[in-house]
Amino acid sequence: MDFQIFFFLLEDGIANGAIYALLAVTMVLVFTTTRILFVAQGEFVTFSALTFASLQIGLVPQIIWLLGLLAVIAAAIEIYRAVSDKDFKSIPGTVGLYLVAPFAVIALTIWIAPLGAPMLVQAAVSVAIVTLLGPLVYRIAFQPVSSGSVRLLFVIAIALHFVFQGFGLLFFGAEGFRVDPMIDASFEVGSLIIKAQAILIVGTLALFTALLYVFFGYTIPGKALRATAVNRVGARIVGIKPDLAGKLAFLLTAFIGGVSGVLIVSSTTIYYDSGLLIGLKSVLGAISGGMVSYPAAIIGSIGVGILEGFGAFWASAFTEAIVFSAFIPVLLWLSLRSTPNEEGHEL
Amino acid sequence: MIALEAKDLKVGYGKADVLDGVNVKVDEGAIVSLVGPNGAGKTTLLLALTGLLPARGTVSYFGEPMANVSVEDRVARGLCLVPERRELFGDLSVSDNLELGGFSRWMRGERQLRESLEEVFERFPRLRERQDKDASTLSGGERQMLALGRALMAAPRLLLLDEPSLGLAPLIVREIFHIISRLRDNGVSLLVVEQNARAALEVSDYAYVLENGRVSMEGAASDLIDNPRVIDTYLGRRQAY
Amino acid sequence: MRNPLLFALPIIAVAPWLLPPFYVTLANYVALASIVVLGLILLGGAGGLMSFGQAAFVGIGAYATGYLTLNYGASPWLALLVGLAVTAAMALLLGVLTLRLTGHYLPIGTLAWGISFYYVFANLPGFGGHDGLSGIPAISAFGYDLDGKTTFFYLNWVVVVLAMVSISNILDSRIGRAIRSGGRATPMAEAMGVNTTGVGLTIFIFSALLACLSGWLYAHFLHFVNPTAFNLTISIEYFFMAVIGGLSSIWGAIIGAAFYIVSKQWLQTLIPALTGRVGHFDVIIFGFVVMFMLHYARQGLAPSILGLFGKRAHFHHSVAEAERLPQRERAEPVTEMLKIENARKNFGGLAAVDDISFNVKAGEIVALIGPNGAGKTTMFNLITGVLPMTSGVVSFRGKRIDNMHSREVLRLGIARTFQHTLLRPHLTVLENVALGAHTRGSTGLIKAALRLDRREEAQLLYEAKVQLERVGLAHHSNTLADSLPLGQQRLVEIARALASDPHLLLLDEPAAGLRYEEKVVLAKLCRELRAEGVTLLLVEHDMEFVMNLVDRVVVMDFGVKIAEGTPEAVQADPAVIEAYLGGVNE
Repeated sequence: MDFQIFFFLLEDGIANGAIYALLAVTMVLVFTTTRILFVAQGEFVTFSALTFASLQIGLVPQIIWLLGLLAVIAAAIEIYRAVSDKDFKSIPGTVGLYLVAPFAVIALTIWIAPLGAPMLVQAAVSVAIVTLLGPLVYRIAFQPVSSGSVRLLFVIAIALHFVFQGFGLLFFGAEGFRVDPMIDASFEVGSLIIKAQAILIVGTLALFTALLYVFFGYTIPGKALRATAVNRVGARIVGIKPDLAGKLAFLLTAFIGGVSGVLIVSSTTIYYDSGLLIGLKSVLGAISGGMVSYPAAIIGSIGVGILEGFGAFWASAFTEAIVFSAFIPVLLWLSLRSTPNEEGHEL
Repeated sequence: MIALEAKDLKVGYGKADVLDGVNVKVDEGAIVSLVGPNGAGKTTLLLALTGLLPARGTVSYFGEPMANVSVEDRVARGLCLVPERRELFGDLSVSDNLELGGFSRWMRGERQLRESLEEVFERFPRLRERQDKDASTLSGGERQMLALGRALMAAPRLLLLDEPSLGLAPLIVREIFHIISRLRDNGVSLLVVEQNARAALEVSDYAYVLENGRVSMEGAASDLIDNPRVIDTYLGRRQAY
Repeated sequence: MRNPLLFALPIIAVAPWLLPPFYVTLANYVALASIVVLGLILLGGAGGLMSFGQAAFVGIGAYATGYLTLNYGASPWLALLVGLAVTAAMALLLGVLTLRLTGHYLPIGTLAWGISFYYVFANLPGFGGHDGLSGIPAISAFGYDLDGKTTFFYLNWVVVVLAMVSISNILDSRIGRAIRSGGRATPMAEAMGVNTTGVGLTIFIFSALLACLSGWLYAHFLHFVNPTAFNLTISIEYFFMAVIGGLSSIWGAIIGAAFYIVSKQWLQTLIPALTGRVGHFDVIIFGFVVMFMLHYARQGLAPSILGLFGKRAHFHHSVAEAERLPQRERAEPVTEMLKIENARKNFGGLAAVDDISFNVKAGEIVALIGPNGAGKTTMFNLITGVLPMTSGVVSFRGKRIDNMHSREVLRLGIARTFQHTLLRPHLTVLENVALGAHTRGSTGLIKAALRLDRREEAQLLYEAKVQLERVGLAHHSNTLADSLPLGQQRLVEIARALASDPHLLLLDEPAAGLRYEEKVVLAKLCRELRAEGVTLLLVEHDMEFVMNLVDRVVVMDFGVKIAEGTPEAVQADPAVIEAYLGGVNE
């Protein structure tokens, strides 16, 4: 392998790894605040990617009906709760919260789809649809059992993955999609070629890392999320509702998943069922940091991306097997570091 | 006005009742202490009053029934707990911990948290010195001050304090109780659970002795302070097995 | 257990003659899936563990026999052995890596393994790629070829019944009680002498072997294997079958597999016919069903269906008198039982136990008292090896035990109860107590499956019954532990500790939450034990209870020993009064 190929693989690996890193950060965020190991995160990525691709060819993405359905279910649950608690005053607010934004986005999508709107607008709409799915999914699937065990929450995440994958096939079909890079340019540095899209992806990672740093370090909602992660009882007694924190965490997760989807679909062909592998690769990154450390999750994920890039070069048929075999050394390392039964089997 | 009134409160873990029909009342602007031997159900009572533990019976707070009000909404209305385990945010700095104490006010749109933060720093100068340190690095006394300061950030009308002197050196215990009586002068009502019975009774207006999940004695704090029955309760000199 | 099985056997015998041929095939699939799901139920329902890689173990069984019979003309029976060996090795590796870690690593590790398996077998030369292997020969036994869907119907269902009987035997045994104490109760089970990691590893391997066996049958039934049948989706489907059927009962495997496979078949023909669209509608519906069940019916379908047969959800034992287990010699009453010298435990910069020394003589009752946070429970944890000591020496009957593992400490003869009772709620009272005698038996998984453990089992259960009689709860033997009031649960904990035949019994707040009459019973029991030569050390807050019962009191405050002596002396000690009543005046 000469240096040019090496650099090409490295660049590709880092770009993919940067996407996994974005997602791994959200995995850690969701896990620490809600104890949910959200393996269905990858589906937010594919939904956004395929929505973006549909909009580019002028189709109304049918995923808007899933958004509408979930919004109606969530509103119905809240109204039922309010009626059984005789808390009628809260109903208008609830309906507004759960229905207005989703249906506004649905209307907007239907309106712009045939117009051939600018690519950035299409990207923004795709991200908006997926972002709104986040809190709705938390409300419907997780909030009723939010105090359940890690195990229970994990199985629900797996069931969600099933549901999402089924809807993915229904809405987008079995064909893969890929769109043109947002910025189709490249720079030559000496004999090396740097693709603008790679810079865009890594730049996005850097931007989001910075934004999250500010969010967690300097804003009240960000600190409230950290507080919930550190001490749930403590959070409750200062008035932070765990379910509100959960919805916020899912909003952020879905948003970052949506952005990743729009970015990834211009470098990789995305199918309705690509989500699980993407999600699990970021889990692999996230567990390198024991599901708690953000920097370790980012470094681990970029490692996964690079391993994947070189794996594809040397033994392309076995890429996935190579990547997932990396779980073994990671688990071994975690296992050697842990004291047996330190925390018990909290299941 | 009555700040808090609980009637026939029962809490059961499984089949056995930890609280077996407890009645307590806190008048507005009063310090009421809850004393009694370990395992009598004092902490359980506070957890039930804040809604952290499900309980049967009724709790009313400034005349409002609390049955369907969540822990977080009780905090928003000024019913705040300083728990026995403090429950601080260990990885967050002292000033972040305090700032989050005002979370429910921030949610209501109040933005003058800075001023409240200043007030807390004036009350606890030690916390100002350590404002950038992580809460997990504080000493026992500083933790207790931070827990108290964090609760004050919520602008409480009624504070429930669980073992404020637990694990503290005598000098700091005195300081804490001094602060407690100053809070009362500022119009905050307090319900204090305390093993350190004398310290609590000295600053209280009224007191309940809790024993085996029931109120076994109650009365003006000054009457209970030298009551030999209270002492016997603690040292187990009453019943034979 | 016998009841529904006896009902099921005649149905199995006549079913192939009554069902339409297509349903005989479906029933074969149900059986093959049930074998896998049974493993998941043993793992999850009883042991509190999850695996999302079972389909890959099925794949090993199927590919091993396909590859060896086609390429080397090997006997399917030999291939089965090879498949089982490879499976065991793989499960061992995964288990060792993940079981020491907290709950979510086993499912994640198995997910990754499941994905890797699919890509390896789809691409490995010699395994037929995505097309797989076809023309796999029939199994022959005693000169007959086992082939055709009716033959396989019997073969598959015989395997299902055997798997059910062996799992049910395992669960109702010494090792089964240890398995059913997994999950949340790990620290308790370890304190009873159970090696929980080892038990978890054993059942994980066992479940993988069942999956492998199912794969072997599958390959010879279809004469064909390809990698899609073993991918991650299929693993998830097995898990969903277990959730739908119910993890709490082995019948959940068959109920879940039958419900899933039959309704999936219907959905796949019905929905496209109704909507005119092709898609994974069944996947969406099953995802929703599983979510709905986890929200509202976590027990699955099995309990309500078994209810129709009036089957009890738990084991019911009528214990016969048996030979007593060998008992330890009690020490002479003056011998030093426990000696603690300069014990210290630091948490961060804080000394929870600060230079504590005291000893307990054989046949004494000693109380360790002190205000909240004085370090009493920490002291217990140091003695029983739950926490490592920072410095100091603990010796028991002249032997150093500090920094020994809690399982070893129990074997030497120190048993304990817990401040918050740690009984297994879904085990009967008798089973909970028998768990205390775990270290006094030795039979493992295989003997239990084959019922070769009956003599020892009778002894263990008899021991449990004797201890229950002693605390006056023998009439509750077959009651589920969580239906007892708290006071009686504490007595059950004491019986459980006694079942290990201890020299020294540590009781952590035995009187907390007890009513007056119950305290009287407890005090009487403590005195009886002292008369029998058992030594007692107790942490207790109820002073009335302590002062009237014990020989000696050790008082701790802020991790330091502030007094020691007779109850009367301690009650009059000004330092003790100060510690308990406090005060801010000099």
